[in-house]
Amino acid sequence: MLAIDPGLLTKLGSQDRVICVSATNGKTTTTRLIADILRAAGIDVVTNHTGANMASGVTGALAAPHTPSVAVLEVDERWLTHVVDPLSPELLVFGNLSRDQLDRSGEVNAIVKRWRTITEADPTRHVIANSSDPHVVYASLPASVTWVALGIPWIHDATTCPQCSELLTWSDDGFKCSSCTFCEPKADYRLDGEYFIAGERRIHLDLSIPGTWNLMNAALAATVAEAHFEIPAEDAIKAMSSVEVVSGRFSKHRLDDGREARVILAKNPAGWTEVLNWLKGRDAGVVLAVNAHIADGRDTSWLYDVNFEALQGLSVVASGERALDVAVRLRYAGVECIVEADPLKAALAAGGKEVDIIASYTQFTHLTKRFW
Amino acid sequence: MESTLRIALIYPDLLGTYGDKGNALVLAHRARARGITAEVIEIDARSSIPESCDIYLLGGGEDAAQVAAAEGLMLAKATIERSIKAGSAIFAVCAGFQLLGNSYAAADGSELQGIALIDMVTTAGSDRIIGEVVIEPAQASGLPLLTGFENHGGRTLLGPDEAPLGRVIAGRGNGNGVDGVLRDGVIGTYLHGPALARNPSLADYLISYATRISLEPLVDDLVEQYRAERLAYASLTGAELKRATRRLHRG
Repeated sequence: MLAIDPGLLTKLGSQDRVICVSATNGKTTTTRLIADILRAAGIDVVTNHTGANMASGVTGALAAPHTPSVAVLEVDERWLTHVVDPLSPELLVFGNLSRDQLDRSGEVNAIVKRWRTITEADPTRHVIANSSDPHVVYASLPASVTWVALGIPWIHDATTCPQCSELLTWSDDGFKCSSCTFCEPKADYRLDGEYFIAGERRIHLDLSIPGTWNLMNAALAATVAEAHFEIPAEDAIKAMSSVEVVSGRFSKHRLDDGREARVILAKNPAGWTEVLNWLKGRDAGVVLAVNAHIADGRDTSWLYDVNFEALQGLSVVASGERALDVAVRLRYAGVECIVEADPLKAALAAGGKEVDIIASYTQFTHLTKRFW
Repeated sequence: MESTLRIALIYPDLLGTYGDKGNALVLAHRARARGITAEVIEIDARSSIPESCDIYLLGGGEDAAQVAAAEGLMLAKATIERSIKAGSAIFAVCAGFQLLGNSYAAADGSELQGIALIDMVTTAGSDRIIGEVVIEPAQASGLPLLTGFENHGGRTLLGPDEAPLGRVIAGRGNGNGVDGVLRDGVIGTYLHGPALARNPSLADYLISYATRISLEPLVDDLVEQYRAERLAYASLTGAELKRATRRLHRG
């Protein structure tokens, strides 16, 4: 890891209006969507669009010569304090927090506490945050917050209250603590199926990128547009509709047998849950390509946190360096599969008119290099 | 035992950080393969722990969740003790394993009370133990080598009358050359994986103990291939470590 002089970041950040986007899942896509919305509105933008989201990547993006602009920066959730302190962004955008690569980053609660120190240090800073995620809510509360209710597909890391550690209870009204005052805040904007709700307005999210998770990213970006930059959500959604590929995510490739394969990154249980739910509704062959390097999480136990049962009846190939871990998991999920460690050979072996390749982080980066 | 094998997954919402639900899946799968009907009962943090289950599963969890789980387990202590006396089994992993002892270490290092089912104490170590593990169980258990993945900061010391699950061949386990505990239907371990997915013989051991049925062998080639890969990997990295250390000493 490069050691970055905080003074350099402070100097670089003073040229631009800075906004930082962070989350466990969706930060790269949300950053890209916000950048496209601002550009469509005629605003100059600099961004770390390659997903270089630690201090060094952020410095690289700001150091490139440019006219004063809005800097839309994706920041790794574990690195947020290192970037926010020197840059002093005018807006923080918080999506979600869940378990990710547990053997590397420690526990979700530790990240929440670090985020909270940022909002406590400057309560006047604008934060746009997902009101459905208890961790995000607790981290955001001290700031000046615009809430957007994006829903929370993964509540398994939010059983206890981030404020007092007692049990959280969940109902149709959202979450509240069984002991203290902590509860789900009233949202200013919300996502309802494929619709973005802003007061009386109900706007269809017409996207080219797939899945519920991208509807959540788009609703977060639309909130940033309207609540911070006064760009009407309608215009923001129009600007997002043409985005098809984000740093290799969702990119489509022609296989040697002529079929089309789409590569989807899934980094953690919350991400995999979303992707598996999406696959259930499709009729494509499926390749599950899993490695267990540090960036993937070295412990493959998470495979059992995710509902692979959703793939029953589909043509599935277990792949990657940890193909056998995947195959054994599928055995207990009642899903038939073949085992082929090489994901491209696996794609050819999969049935279906087209193939979806779901890849863990290092499989994803390796695959995009092979395709391009 | 009644006609159905009842598997209690205790507090999956608190103690389920590392795919611990997988252990219940494997138990049910291997019981059914022998013609034993099996039912998995998930007991969430707001429910009381029932007495009539055959196998109780406790998993790993974050610090705050572990404390919340301890409160519920304290209330259920008498229930659990009666169940074990009646022949039920417990399989406890990581945070769940620590909770079976006299005390464990909180996030800030302070000492918290466990349910004292096992005479053992867990203290906070100076570093976090993360990586592949291989355990050689005591010969009398009849168990083969066990493979798993560990990720914990605790160091667990067993009392003089307790026996570990096995000797550590690769990895660190309890932190003193052994891993876990094994006693009359109570198995504790630091192995994630989930442990029963990687070690079906351990699942059979628990089913056999709880049902008092001597199970027919059930060899799953895919799982055996997986075990072989994991065991080879751990011994490979172990050997590499040893070589590297030797090189260091030679200067």
